Amino acid sequence: MSKSRWSPFPQIASSEITPESVWLNRRNLMKAAAAGAGLVAAGEAMADSSVPQALDFVSAPDGSAYKAKEDLTPYEAATTYNNFYEFGTDKSDPARFAAAMTTDPWEIKVGGLVKKPGKLHLEDILGGFDLEERIYRFRCVEAWSMVVPWIGFPLSELLDRFEPDTGGKFVEFKTLYRRSEMRGTRSFTSIIDWPYREGLRMDEAMNPLTLMTVGLYGKTLPNQSGAPLRLIVPWKYGFKNIKSIVEINVTDRQPKTSWQELAPQEYGFYANVNPEVSHPRWSQAYERRLPSSLFNPSRVKTQMFNGYGELVAGMYKGMDLARYY
Amino acid sequence: MNIPSALNPALRVLVFLVCLAPFALLVTGVVSNSLGPDPADHLMHVTGEWVMRFLVLVLLATPLARHGWPRLARYRRMLGLYVWFYATLHLLVFAQVFIGWSGDQLIEELVERPYVLVGFVAWLILVPLGITSARTVRKRMGRYWRQLHKLTYAVVVLGWLHLFWLSRSDVGNAALYGGIFGILLLYRIRPVASRVPFKLRS
Repeated sequence: MSKSRWSPFPQIASSEITPESVWLNRRNLMKAAAAGAGLVAAGEAMADSSVPQALDFVSAPDGSAYKAKEDLTPYEAATTYNNFYEFGTDKSDPARFAAAMTTDPWEIKVGGLVKKPGKLHLEDILGGFDLEERIYRFRCVEAWSMVVPWIGFPLSELLDRFEPDTGGKFVEFKTLYRRSEMRGTRSFTSIIDWPYREGLRMDEAMNPLTLMTVGLYGKTLPNQSGAPLRLIVPWKYGFKNIKSIVEINVTDRQPKTSWQELAPQEYGFYANVNPEVSHPRWSQAYERRLPSSLFNPSRVKTQMFNGYGELVAGMYKGMDLARYY
Repeated sequence: MNIPSALNPALRVLVFLVCLAPFALLVTGVVSNSLGPDPADHLMHVTGEWVMRFLVLVLLATPLARHGWPRLARYRRMLGLYVWFYATLHLLVFAQVFIGWSGDQLIEELVERPYVLVGFVAWLILVPLGITSARTVRKRMGRYWRQLHKLTYAVVVLGWLHLFWLSRSDVGNAALYGGIFGILLLYRIRPVASRVPFKLRS
């Protein structure tokens, strides 16, 4: 690609922004699926997990909340500008250093208050669920945002397989912590208590918007985006969207999350996108829709619940969202 | 250092250009759109980092001038003006991208975010320091000039506080500059510093 790839936010159809190869890939996949080839993707992904592999999926229905109408953030931008502190605190660190992470084999322990605790492996994640592409707005608490076509399945489908107890009120997630492969976790000056942990309330976890994500732009996730499995909760700030998950626990009390432990006055458990609730570092009233440029910063007004209020506001009825930020 | 004085003007131009190089690189980056998907973030980081580096150089110039490199004292004014220059760029990017030149937004930022407030105050202090750096003004001000320019230390402290409050999960950078500034400020209250005679030359 030429240097002009970070051009100011273009006023053209999203189909023109998406790299052609992705679209071609998707077409080929559809043909393959039609021919009964089925799950090509899962098998291919086994071959070399460090290179994103094409996935087999259906697209979310047009006009639904699952398919945002905004222009897509280019693949290059979405996969080179990341927060994944296990690999360093600079936005470009994950793309530079995450290749060191082994994602195959991969094992996810699911336990806590469930009737059938167990494990999921890479092949279960990539081959065991019907995949759907969803175009979601992604809003970072640092006041930048993207629009990304994720591929995954509802978290509720995963949890249902392990049959949560009625006493299970929350879900806790943990990211891989492997010092030898994650240079950021070896930093002497980092004050994060690894592994990275996040959590959701059970009703949030079961919300149909909540996506267990295995891919983006038609392919499996590159490591810097949280391969092989990450969470996407589009009405919450980016840090809730935990990456490279190795453990999921159903609990009866609100799990402790990494950022909340580090700076509770800055990062709440809920972390719902809310332009009304100020943050000590960044105003949350506006966001920079990436790619941005100096003279055309593409500043847009931040929406309550990142624009997903219709589907999620009901869960917070009667709650003081300034207190439970 | 024994540099023939005939070379002084050339050396001065060279130092000036070297200090300007980071700015030239940023301009090239902006023009060619090669600063990544979020150039504002990059520009804020890089300009802020250069403010810190030039503050270190400003504070280093005096001790080094006292201990063997007297000519360095002549560059303090230029280095100080570069602090102001990069701090102004930092503020301009903030105004352009983060608050969209809105006065209301600026007030909100100053009221709600202490790190913005201390950074802004540090920049405000730099304004009179920059203006009074002109030789004629300096001569006219006499001894008040030195008193006024002691505010450089306030800029250092506020600038470091700004950086420190911005640390999130990694305190490395704040610790590094804290250490350097600490040593350079301690040097100034060490009694030995005043015992070494050093005459300020322009």
